Amino acid sequence: MPKVKINGQEVEVEAGLTVLQACEQIGVEIPRFCYHERLSIAGNCRMCLVEVKPGPPKPAASCALPVGEGMEIFTDTPMVKRARNGVMEFLLINHPLDCPICDQGGECDLQDQAMAYGYDGSRYAENKRAVKEKYMGPLVKTIMTRCIHCTRCIRFASEVAGVDAIGMLNRGEHAEITSLEQAIQSELSGNVIDLCPVGALTSKPYAFAARSWELSKTESIDVMDAVGCNIRVDARGNEVMRVLPRLNEDVNEEWISDKSRFACDGLLRQRLDRPYVRNAQGKLEEASWGDALRAVAAKITAAGPAKVAALAGDLCDVESMYALRGLMAAIGSPHLDCRQDGAALDPSVRASYLFNTTIAGIEAADACLLIGTNPRWEAPLVNARLRKRWLRGGFPVGVVGPRHDLTYDCDYLGAGPETLEQLSTGRHAFVETLKKAEKPMLILGMGALARRDGAAVLSAAREIAAQAGMVDSGNGDGWNGFNVLHTAAARVGGLDIGFVPGKGGKGTAEILEGAEKGEIAVVYLLGADEIDAARLKKAFVVYQGHHGDAGAHAADVILPGAAYTEKSGLYVNTEGRVQLGARAVFPPGDAREDWAILRALSGELGKPLPYDTQDALRDKLRRELPGFLAIDTVEPSPSGASWGAFGKAGPLGGEAFRSPIANFYMTDPISRSSVTMAKCADELANSGKATGTDG
Amino acid sequence: MLQDKDRIFTNLYGQHDWGLEGARRRGDWDNTADIIKKGRDWIVNEMKASGLRGRGGAGFPTGLKWSFMPKEIGARPHYLVVNADESEPGTCKDRDILRHDPHKLVEGCLVAGFAMGAHAAYVYVRGEFFNEAARLQAAVDQAYEAKLLGPDACGSGWAFDVYVHRGAGAYICGEETALLESLEGKKGMPRLKPPFPAMSGLYGCPTTVNNVESIAVAPTILRRGASWFTGFGRENNAGTKIFCISGHVEKPCNVEEAMSIPMRELIEKHAGGVRGGWDNLLAVIPGGSSTPVLPKGICDDVLMDFDALKEVKSGLGTAALIVMDKSTDIIKAIARLAYFYKHESCGQCTPCREGTGWMWRVLERMVKGDAEVGEIETLLDVAGQVEGHTICALGDGAAWPVQGLIRHFRGEIEDRIKQRKGKSRVAA
Repeated sequence: MPKVKINGQEVEVEAGLTVLQACEQIGVEIPRFCYHERLSIAGNCRMCLVEVKPGPPKPAASCALPVGEGMEIFTDTPMVKRARNGVMEFLLINHPLDCPICDQGGECDLQDQAMAYGYDGSRYAENKRAVKEKYMGPLVKTIMTRCIHCTRCIRFASEVAGVDAIGMLNRGEHAEITSLEQAIQSELSGNVIDLCPVGALTSKPYAFAARSWELSKTESIDVMDAVGCNIRVDARGNEVMRVLPRLNEDVNEEWISDKSRFACDGLLRQRLDRPYVRNAQGKLEEASWGDALRAVAAKITAAGPAKVAALAGDLCDVESMYALRGLMAAIGSPHLDCRQDGAALDPSVRASYLFNTTIAGIEAADACLLIGTNPRWEAPLVNARLRKRWLRGGFPVGVVGPRHDLTYDCDYLGAGPETLEQLSTGRHAFVETLKKAEKPMLILGMGALARRDGAAVLSAAREIAAQAGMVDSGNGDGWNGFNVLHTAAARVGGLDIGFVPGKGGKGTAEILEGAEKGEIAVVYLLGADEIDAARLKKAFVVYQGHHGDAGAHAADVILPGAAYTEKSGLYVNTEGRVQLGARAVFPPGDAREDWAILRALSGELGKPLPYDTQDALRDKLRRELPGFLAIDTVEPSPSGASWGAFGKAGPLGGEAFRSPIANFYMTDPISRSSVTMAKCADELANSGKATGTDG
Repeated sequence: MLQDKDRIFTNLYGQHDWGLEGARRRGDWDNTADIIKKGRDWIVNEMKASGLRGRGGAGFPTGLKWSFMPKEIGARPHYLVVNADESEPGTCKDRDILRHDPHKLVEGCLVAGFAMGAHAAYVYVRGEFFNEAARLQAAVDQAYEAKLLGPDACGSGWAFDVYVHRGAGAYICGEETALLESLEGKKGMPRLKPPFPAMSGLYGCPTTVNNVESIAVAPTILRRGASWFTGFGRENNAGTKIFCISGHVEKPCNVEEAMSIPMRELIEKHAGGVRGGWDNLLAVIPGGSSTPVLPKGICDDVLMDFDALKEVKSGLGTAALIVMDKSTDIIKAIARLAYFYKHESCGQCTPCREGTGWMWRVLERMVKGDAEVGEIETLLDVAGQVEGHTICALGDGAAWPVQGLIRHFRGEIEDRIKQRKGKSRVAA
């Protein structure tokens, strides 16, 4: 470990660190624009200049200079101060200084650093440069006159997102950042807005909507996919203005997908803000909470326990599912399921439905098999990790299932079960690749499980994992390379609390079938919209949720609930990580938090649930399932012998695997209600299909 | 004055055959295999002893540069890259080497390449040098045909290939790392250093980038011995050098002369003197457009070598003298150079991207006198803020002419500003 002196203070730092990192470690601040710890080093803004001895008598860019033994670093000498002043002045001469009308105002690196390191006036008497706006798609607004050419956006696109979408044209003072008037073809494009240190790239949907200092900021958890990205919800009054990523190295690092970021305008549209009851004419009519709950209670009581069923949707918090499960138990009905898509997940073995490797753990893997999944759309942040690992080299990826551009090289092995069978019986060459790897992993997607032969696929996947030594390869490292990639934020939580058919109970498919046959008289949909609601026509349908989507259209009673930004709730991500979301705003109108609605209904039924507050509910939940005590941790997955048996060996179907997501931008009631997502779907998801002769 | 027998470039003016036959008559490709057989260490040591300093402008000792290459060839191949992207205004020496004496360069590639363990050399030729690139390619083809290059170059047992690559005409691609980027097919933008090319250069492999002249003189130095070469010029400024004399002289020319020749002697002996006599001289830019201009008072007795010119706060650069007589509008001349640097800045790093344009605009106003006297100090400060704060040396090269102008011709600028102010007062 080299010893260096920073401003006279002797410190020992890790070898291979840059001077900038070394200074940061001891709390010496170094201004920077182009440097970003997750991107390659460009060294072009020159703001981080420091004086280094021994060396030439000129300042050095600290972001790119590795520390050396005996180096003396100065960050406060006249030379450094002058260099910083100079660079800041250069950056500002062609910057429009339109901070009052700039959306970056108040959270702008240039603004902040100009305060700390700049002159108080400009000596530049010439005209400023003006640069034409560029079109970067429906999400990223450009005001390129403000650009300081740090190239963070270029590096993010080509390194993290894996698309060569942004680049720099021309040279000298005519240099311009552009995506050549095309939308950025990436699910992570919104992150360039956060990365841009000035107001050149800002959020198009949020343009001129609010100033950063008038927003209340709430740290929460995203539910647009099963990754459980850590987010910050910025609200003004009772309106969510924007969603930003929050740092969590183990989950999303500091990125979020465009859906997580931009679907929030869907929270204002198609909302269920009061209870409705279908009247005698078959029309949904506004009702009071009392009337609505009484109507539901009457139907449930009349139907009797065996004819009542409940389905939980993809965005539910654990508490509401726990309350509904409690309610169903109180009624005495075993017909409940949280697997709307009918995925053949085995709730009895936890490791069988988790992403056991963990998302951060991907970086330790050295071979990967993707089965029936398109991680780029199902979990963009998992895909970004896979790419990050792939970039380091020595990471062969095999794909069984849909063929997509995943932003990294893959061996396309086959389309469906046939190839899977070859793999599970060891007849495929890729098995050798997996066997050779020290830490191989596989990712099993819902496209392979949510089908008739799902249980057999699960069993085959387990067989592949066992054969390739994916689970604790005998060296006691605790490695578990068996992974299930969920698409629903509620799914793992639902399975964890046992929101699955009880003894003799019906699952999703049977409930739908039962409703058609009249065996099920009352179906309680807790935010369940991804089912064929038309099949519920004969049954009395109660829909509790926040958006007027498929479920609400089929409902006989609508109980308005809260969206994820409107309630505090526990979510378990695909890794099995319990995370706590927080309330940023209140539910609109008469809508209520979901657990409270269920508690009220239980009272109406005369079978009150044993808690009156959410804390009491959580208390009970945690006593029953202590795993929920540990927030933001992942219990190590069982490996080796303790890894149970699951799946059901059987004949595999012939149909190819398909990703459950046909359109990344519209996967749930919130994103389906979002105007921004509609624009994206129009421009991005369908691009390539439209031709010049269309329309 | 350098005697003809001591000239390295004996066909600098193209009077003789440029081809292999002619080159052989002039002594090129003479027992090249023997030089190679003396081994890597001998060649590098001889080059070090010769005191040859890089002819591209920075003047870094060539032998020392070669010695930075890894001693053993590891997993990655070594490369020699020859910088023939000669674009410095005023400089035209490499061009004449390429078109009149290309075999000196090709032979130099083999010898230098061998000395650094490279089996391939890339010659990056400036885009505008179309005919020169064609001539060089023809010379390379001749060398292959005569088995001077190829799997067993010159019968030495060393496999060596030379590739001629044409650039697209950007000044910045003459910066060694921008050149490597361009050679790799990317946009010509300088890389951060460290790592230096000797560690990680072309395609991440150990690479040495040398100027055409530095490589072309190597075989002759090795044949005639280091001591012969050090016989010219002062200590630390050894050898002969091609000087490019342009501007207000009677006979602009390229000429090979001994280093440390007095500037006045050089101009008067070879270029026919300053137009209108020495006393009509205003100033000389001594080493290509990026070196600071020198007024007549200094030109009278300054020597043309690295150290002497450094002492007077200028530099030898590429040894391209731009001579300006008293008819010159020196502010306009430097403003034009400032425009050149603004135009050629790659735009990667802040001080150069923003500073070159700023300096040019202020200078253009100063040409007309449309400025305040206080702005001269601001301009000097801006130049100082560009200098030394950039990734590559283009920023320095843009700042130096401006600094030179203000250092020696501040009075001129002030006069013009005052003159204009006076005029406008009369008009009012």
